[in-house]
Amino acid sequence: MTAALLTHPLFAGFTGAFEFIFSKQESDVTGGKKVGGIEQVLELAWTQIELSVLALLLAMLIAIPAGLYFGHRGKGELIAVGIGNAGRAIPELAAIALVATVIGVGFPGLVFVLALLGVPPILTNTFVGVRQVDHATVDASRGLGLTEFQVIRKVELPLAVPSIMTGIRGATVNIVATATIAPLAGVLTLGDFILGENVYGVNGVLAGAICTAILALLFEFALAGLQRRLTSKGLRLQQAQ
Amino acid sequence: MRFNHKKPLMALVMLIAALALAVGISACGGGSSSSATEATEAESTEGTGGEEGGGEAEAITSNPENAKVSLTIGSKNFPEQEILGEIYTQALAAAGYKAKSDLSLGSETVALKTLKSGQISGYPEYASTALTSFFGLEPEEVPSDATAAWEKANAEFEKEGLEAFEPTPFASANAVGLLKSTAEKYNLKTVSDLEGVSEKLSLYGSPECRQRIDCLAGLEKLYGLKFKEFKPVDISLRYTVLEKGQADLSILFTTDPQLAAEKEKFVILEDDKHVFPAGNVIFVTKKKVAEEAGPDYEKTILNVQQGLTLPVMQELDARVELEKQTPKEAAAAYLESAGYVE
Amino acid sequence: MISALSALPTAAVGEVGEGFLKHRTGETLPCQAHTSHLFCWDWATEHINRFGTPALQQFELVVISVLIGFAIAFAFALFAHRYRPLQWPLLAGTGVLFAIPSIAFFLLLLPITGRGRETAIIALSAYTLQIIYRNVMQGLGNVPESAKDAARGMGFTQRQILWKVELPLAVPEIVGGLRIATVSTMAIATLAVFAHAGGLGTQIYAGGNEVFPTAIIIAGGIAILMALGIDAVLLTVQRFATPWRRAAAEAA
Repeated sequence: MTAALLTHPLFAGFTGAFEFIFSKQESDVTGGKKVGGIEQVLELAWTQIELSVLALLLAMLIAIPAGLYFGHRGKGELIAVGIGNAGRAIPELAAIALVATVIGVGFPGLVFVLALLGVPPILTNTFVGVRQVDHATVDASRGLGLTEFQVIRKVELPLAVPSIMTGIRGATVNIVATATIAPLAGVLTLGDFILGENVYGVNGVLAGAICTAILALLFEFALAGLQRRLTSKGLRLQQAQ
Repeated sequence: MRFNHKKPLMALVMLIAALALAVGISACGGGSSSSATEATEAESTEGTGGEEGGGEAEAITSNPENAKVSLTIGSKNFPEQEILGEIYTQALAAAGYKAKSDLSLGSETVALKTLKSGQISGYPEYASTALTSFFGLEPEEVPSDATAAWEKANAEFEKEGLEAFEPTPFASANAVGLLKSTAEKYNLKTVSDLEGVSEKLSLYGSPECRQRIDCLAGLEKLYGLKFKEFKPVDISLRYTVLEKGQADLSILFTTDPQLAAEKEKFVILEDDKHVFPAGNVIFVTKKKVAEEAGPDYEKTILNVQQGLTLPVMQELDARVELEKQTPKEAAAAYLESAGYVE
Repeated sequence: MISALSALPTAAVGEVGEGFLKHRTGETLPCQAHTSHLFCWDWATEHINRFGTPALQQFELVVISVLIGFAIAFAFALFAHRYRPLQWPLLAGTGVLFAIPSIAFFLLLLPITGRGRETAIIALSAYTLQIIYRNVMQGLGNVPESAKDAARGMGFTQRQILWKVELPLAVPEIVGGLRIATVSTMAIATLAVFAHAGGLGTQIYAGGNEVFPTAIIIAGGIAILMALGIDAVLLTVQRFATPWRRAAAEAA
């Protein structure tokens, strides 16, 4: 029965794709150079990982301190939420195309733009996460003699971690998805397979889609695991109730 | 946050106005000159007599017999191809066919596949590309005479049940292009001049360029050149990457309007070893399709392409690539101005 | 309209009319010919019509996808609200769909559903599921126990409590989820061009066509405007639907 299932037209397309992932294939374009194969897949995947991680770190560097500061002060809700809203509305395709034609093709420009796309969710979630910390708790800690900075670091930040991590995960989804179409701006990631039907054929396109999905899920699982680790035990117990 | 009952109403009105504005902009004039792929039927005009085939050009008359034939005209994925596709589609529609376009299919291999599978009835191909890419000729073996190239390609196509119509007046070729300043800096006039220099230079081209013998593969094999790096970018960015200073060299087309309009900026290197053969456009279709469509099929296509001299093609390319008109508009303007269509 | 660009045809058919061929130099090129020009007002005002159909297509895609996504996610949430064990699997499942980049999703579906709108709608709906599900769950979870107790005291059945107490109180979060879902989907729907479903993406990336900043900015701008517009409308609807709320608690 498995054989019958596997030869169903639905899956026939996918077996071609899997072959593409693991071994080099003849390209449709004559010239003899083979394409695909696990080496190229890993190479492109690595570029996408690099791009995404750097962009994410840059976004966190900008957004978390800002979110912590404004959340602690209690000011700027409109801006923080507004940026979150507006950022979510930016179409990734437009951002990438604009990078390609205006800033130019290349890695640094892309890291910058991807980071920009990642800032809004992290900023908003950090802000909201800090704001939601019980004021009584904050006052109590001040009463215990902690400085403002210590309050942020030892009280508000840990309590805001779930919210911040949600923001980071949201940002990562956005960044990884946009990094997929980075080939439009000259940086070759797994999206090269998806966009390059000319060269890689239908199998290549499907292979690209599969690999991209797997990569995105790997990021998601990693971050979910990280979130679990970072959420302090007390909070976890509270959430489980 | 306090609010009274009056504010929400005002807010609602303003917000709906904003949404209406946004939707209004998007909905107004919807469909006039955008992505519709159905060719509109032009009015029929009086025939001015003339022979069929490659004879004198004449205004297109609508033949009611053709109305029962459906044709889909394809094209490859860059502006010049799309303009040609539109010209053929609109001309065939004017001749009374049920013609529609399915443009921007991809590179030549994709286009050929679509043709063979029956998804399209025909598409315009360059004789040189057909010979080197489909039939494995080395670039130097491509005849420089348009008719000889066509005959050679046609002979090969016939083996597969396909047929190629006679060529257009204009020809186009790939070329290695660069900023004039770069050419002066390294004293480059021909592609061979790149020897010894190319290792320092980056080359940008379409993704398929890597494997094509009339592109990077040919440069490496036949000119023996090695480049610092090759970067694949979309064809539409081939001048942008030069302007932005990212590409030292870029693969351009000899019919590009930018070359004519901005001579002080862009130059191309002479192809002294003939790795980039020039190709006239030949319309490729299935023999069966041509038979079923009747004599007006080939006649209209050969008729309408007679006006496509090099200056005219460059003008049409300029309208689409520089002035950002749609291929549909440019094609319609050509057909009208050349008297094919009212 | 088009004849303004071509001259009167001469007697010989096949030859373009006088004035058809234009002499262009670097200085006489119009604004849009240069990719360094960020925005060309002349071209924009003349050609705004081009964006009409794509914008409408995108609007339709988004509205349909969000409605379908809402229906499914809402149902999921109601089930999970009743049967706790479902909560985590549903959250994880919708999360998986959320994490997969839409362009990959489009292309994975294409062999199965074929080109066009259906593919796009399925993928876009799947994308909205986690957002809406999570927000509905949050909304239901935030309902104060006191309100439910009061309802029980008044003899309400569990179903009545759900529909007359819990859901109305959860409206802000639910609408909040709808808002986020709509805005995000509008942004992603520009990629529908890769599923051959039309949309504003056709004016941004046309596969070999003349991509230039003005068109990109207009297309992107329209998408953003539509997103924020719908967002504002939904927000107002929410304010009207919850008159007992003095301070609107906005879910981030």
